[in-house]
Amino acid sequence: MHAKVNGEVTLTVDGAVTQRSLLDALEQQYPVLRGTIRDHTTQKRRPFLRFFACQQDLSHEAPDAPLPEAVAHGAQPFLIVGAIAGG
Amino acid sequence: MAGVRILVGTRKGAFILTSDEGRKKWDVSGPHFAGWEIYHLKGSPVNPDRIYASQSSGWFGQQIQRSDDGGKTWEPVDNKFVYDGVPGTHQWYDGTPHPWEFKRVWHLEPSLTDPDTVYAGAEDAALFRTTDGGKSWTELSGLRGHGSGAHWMPGAGGMCLHTILLDPVDPKRIFIAISAAGAFRTDDGGETWKPINRGLKSEHIPDPHAEVGHCVHRLALHPARPNVLFMQKHWDVMRSNDAGDSWHEVSGNLPTDFGFVIDVHAHEPETIYVVPIKSDSEHFPADGQLRVWRSRTGGKDWEALTKGLPQSNCYVNVLRDAMSIDRLESCGIYFGTTGGQVYASSDAGDSWTAIVRDLPAVLSVEAQTL
Repeated sequence: MHAKVNGEVTLTVDGAVTQRSLLDALEQQYPVLRGTIRDHTTQKRRPFLRFFACQQDLSHEAPDAPLPEAVAHGAQPFLIVGAIAGG
Repeated sequence: MAGVRILVGTRKGAFILTSDEGRKKWDVSGPHFAGWEIYHLKGSPVNPDRIYASQSSGWFGQQIQRSDDGGKTWEPVDNKFVYDGVPGTHQWYDGTPHPWEFKRVWHLEPSLTDPDTVYAGAEDAALFRTTDGGKSWTELSGLRGHGSGAHWMPGAGGMCLHTILLDPVDPKRIFIAISAAGAFRTDDGGETWKPINRGLKSEHIPDPHAEVGHCVHRLALHPARPNVLFMQKHWDVMRSNDAGDSWHEVSGNLPTDFGFVIDVHAHEPETIYVVPIKSDSEHFPADGQLRVWRSRTGGKDWEALTKGLPQSNCYVNVLRDAMSIDRLESCGIYFGTTGGQVYASSDAGDSWTAIVRDLPAVLSVEAQTL
C-alpha cells in the first residue's frame, strides 16, 4: 500500500540470492518497506509474515541460505504473505 | 469562519470530522488507512493543516503518516524507532528482566512552536523526537535511562508512554506518563528526568507509596496554569499544585474513581472532566449509564452530566486518549467510545450529541480549533 506497488516486483540482486540479499534489494528499491517486513533493529522476520517459494514454506530458513534456483533465475516468485491470524 | 476538526483514531482506521462554529452538522471523512490501528493523530498548533498519525498493524508494524493539507492526503515518513545504545531490560509481569522492545507509538505531540518538531510516546516506554517533520526520530534516552527504568513494569495494556504534555510557559519543561511506571518531568528539554509521583497511593504493589510503579492513565493541564496538573490514575483522580512535586486526591463524590480520560475546560482552569468507569475488571460505566462528571472547583465536588448520553444498557469504555476539547468561546468537549460513538458537547458538557456512531472502537480523539 505505502510502497505504491501492485502485485509482483522484479528485483536485481547482486551476488548470492538469499532472503537477506533479496529483502535488501527490495528495501533499496522501496525504502518505505524498511521495518515492515523485518524488524529495524534485529532484522528478524515480523512474526505475522511468512515467506514461501516453489511450494515450500521458507519462513524458518536461515537468512543467508540460498533461495531455490527457480527464484534466483526469476522463474518462480518469492512470496511475502501476511499470515491468517486471529480467531 | 471558525470551525472545528476532530481527528479520530480507531482500531481499523482514522476518521476526520469537521464542522463550523455552530457544531451542529458534521462531515465525516474516512476511513483513512482502512484496516490499520490508528492509535493517535494530532495536528501542529502552529500549522493545523500539518497532522501526524501513528499507524500500526500486527503484520507490518509501525508507520508514521504526515499530512500537510488537513488530512486530505498523507505521506509516510520515517518509521525507525531505535532505542539509544544497549536497550537493557525492564521488569516483566512475573518480575523477571525482559528486554526493551519497540512495539508501537501510542501518542504524538507536536511542538507548540515548530511544526517540524514532534514528540512520540512509544511502547515499550520511551520518548522519541523528530525535528525534521518525521524524516528521522531520536530517542530522548535520559528518560528510559533514569535509574528506575529497570524496575518499570507494563500495565495490562502494555508498557506504554501515553501522555506527553508540553509546558506552554517553560519550553524546557515536559511532563510524560507511563503505564505502569508513573509520571515524570524534565526541566532541561528532555536530557534528564525525575519521577513525580509523591502522594500517589496504589494498592497491590509491593510498596504502596513507591516512587515508581503507579499506573497513571492520563495527565492534563490548563495552558494558563501549567503548574497545576490533573491525573486520572488507575484508581483515584489526583491533583498537583506544584508541577507534580506532590499530589493529593480529588476524587471527592465521584461514584467510582477508576477511569482513563481527564481533561480541562478551555477557558476555566478549575473546570475538569472525567468519565468514571466501574472498575479495573469491569471496563464500562456503572449501572449501564454513560456519564461525564464535571468539577468546577478543580476536583472534590463533582456533578454528573447526562443529557444526551445513554442512561441504560451502555457498556462501552472511554480510552485514555479519547477525550479532547476545542477552544471556541463556548467550550466544546468530545469523547469517543469503544462502541464507536463520538459524543460532542458545544456547551461545556451540559448537553451531548453523538456526532458519529458505529465506527470501529475509538482509540483517540483530538479536537482542532480552526
